Amino acid sequence: MSENLIEIRGLKKNFGDLAVLKGIDMNIRKGQIVALIGASGSGKSTLLRTINQLEEATAGEIWFDGQLVNQDLPHRAREKHLNQLRREIGMVFQHFNLFPHLTAIENVTLAPTMLKLQNKSDALTSGKALLDKVGLADRIDHYPSQLSGGQKQRVAIARSLAMSPQVMLFDEVTSALDPELVGEVNRVMKQLAQEHMTMIIVTHDLRFAEDVSDHVVFLADGLVVEEGPPAQIFADPKHELTQSFLKQVF
Amino acid sequence: MDIQLIAKVWPFFAEAAVVTVEISVLAILLGLSIGFAAGLGSLSHNKLIRLPVRFYVSFFRGTPALIQLFLLYFGGPQVGIQLDPFEAGVIGLGVNIGAYMSESIRGAIISVDKGQTEAGRCLGLGHAQVMRKIIIPQAARLMVRPLGVNAIALIKGSAIVSTISLVELSYTAHRFISSTYKPFEMFILASVFYLLIVTVFSYGVRKVDQRVAMD
Ligand SMILES: Nc1ncnc2c1ncn2[C@@H]1O[C@H](COP(=O)(O)OP(=O)(O)O)[C@@H](O)[C@H]1O
Ligand SMILES: [Mg+2]
Repeated sequence: MSENLIEIRGLKKNFGDLAVLKGIDMNIRKGQIVALIGASGSGKSTLLRTINQLEEATAGEIWFDGQLVNQDLPHRAREKHLNQLRREIGMVFQHFNLFPHLTAIENVTLAPTMLKLQNKSDALTSGKALLDKVGLADRIDHYPSQLSGGQKQRVAIARSLAMSPQVMLFDEVTSALDPELVGEVNRVMKQLAQEHMTMIIVTHDLRFAEDVSDHVVFLADGLVVEEGPPAQIFADPKHELTQSFLKQVF
Repeated sequence: MDIQLIAKVWPFFAEAAVVTVEISVLAILLGLSIGFAAGLGSLSHNKLIRLPVRFYVSFFRGTPALIQLFLLYFGGPQVGIQLDPFEAGVIGLGVNIGAYMSESIRGAIISVDKGQTEAGRCLGLGHAQVMRKIIIPQAARLMVRPLGVNAIALIKGSAIVSTISLVELSYTAHRFISSTYKPFEMFILASVFYLLIVTVFSYGVRKVDQRVAMD
């Protein structure tokens, strides 16, 4: 039994003729905080989105908790398999994707109640606790349109956490925020890190990546160019692509 | 303009307007039901659902409503479908407008941001669950106006059922013209009633639209 929660083997993803992921190998251990960095267009989002199969892989294997994620199944069986898997894989998006017709607490409790993981009152109790945890106890009945970007993103994180996922995928979750709101969202991720939530964090905020992660993966042009502990990657990058990327950004 | 004549015949037009309203309301309800089913069906992943639905929509949008109505009313008996003018009117208009309404509903559904579906699916919700609780409530707000446009087109288009001898507004106008030889007055009178019905209906649509936009 491996301690890897996610194993990615030879993952390739094409969009038509465009090869976006060109053979990715990656392991993510339970409790590991992985920062995924790289230039815009290098394939970071695509990599996250193939892990939970928002995008189908073209080739290769993705293993999650001992299960092959990208199994070739008939439509119905595949849907069932993915629904089951996605409960375990939380995802937070750059543009929040909150449900605008639902209040904060309804956003958080929708999936657990619909999937009958919790009855209404239990879901409400734990939903409130989650919103409290992200600092929004006083905003539970607000609609997304009544929240700031930072608040929206924290509701989105709480909504994902409500499924008690085994891993959280964060795709540039602070990129759409005003600079003064970035901190409040980063703090929530930092707290999750301290609680040993397994996370893959795609970010352009390299200081935050260095601060929060225990493993950094640098992606360039659909390939993992270099990976290692943050201290090494940021202070002493080996590969010249990593060096020039860091020089541009820092 | 023969005001006296108008004063004499307008109650018949009012009665006929009731029939126009009845047939329109029933056809709109039928159209909405078909439109919902077809709108969702046209987005199905299953070809056996999608293709027949697409065919239905193309056929009823691509041929004249008048011919569809004749096909049903005059052609129906030949294949064992016997309908009176009212039934044929409701079904003919309803099935026709259903095709347009399905496009309005489909349009509203696909204009909900794709990120909404992704967020729902990422939580482990199935396709149908996402549709029901996330997409359709948002699409509902977007579909009120286009469905209102469809419904008003149907009210005006309901004039064609006069051709199968259903005694509604247009038929009544024609009937009085043949006895009075005053087409100007009779068509003005019919127009006033159509305009009245359409105005009331548009007002209702606007109210519903404001209501759904608010909550
Ligand atoms: N759905 C798609 N269809 C076609 N091309 C896509 C799609 N999604 C991403 N791409 C392309 O794949 C490449 C990598 O995109 P992405 O994974 O979003 O990069 P990153 O997140 O690192 O900025 C880009 O060239 C992008 O245009
Ligand atoms: Mg991206």
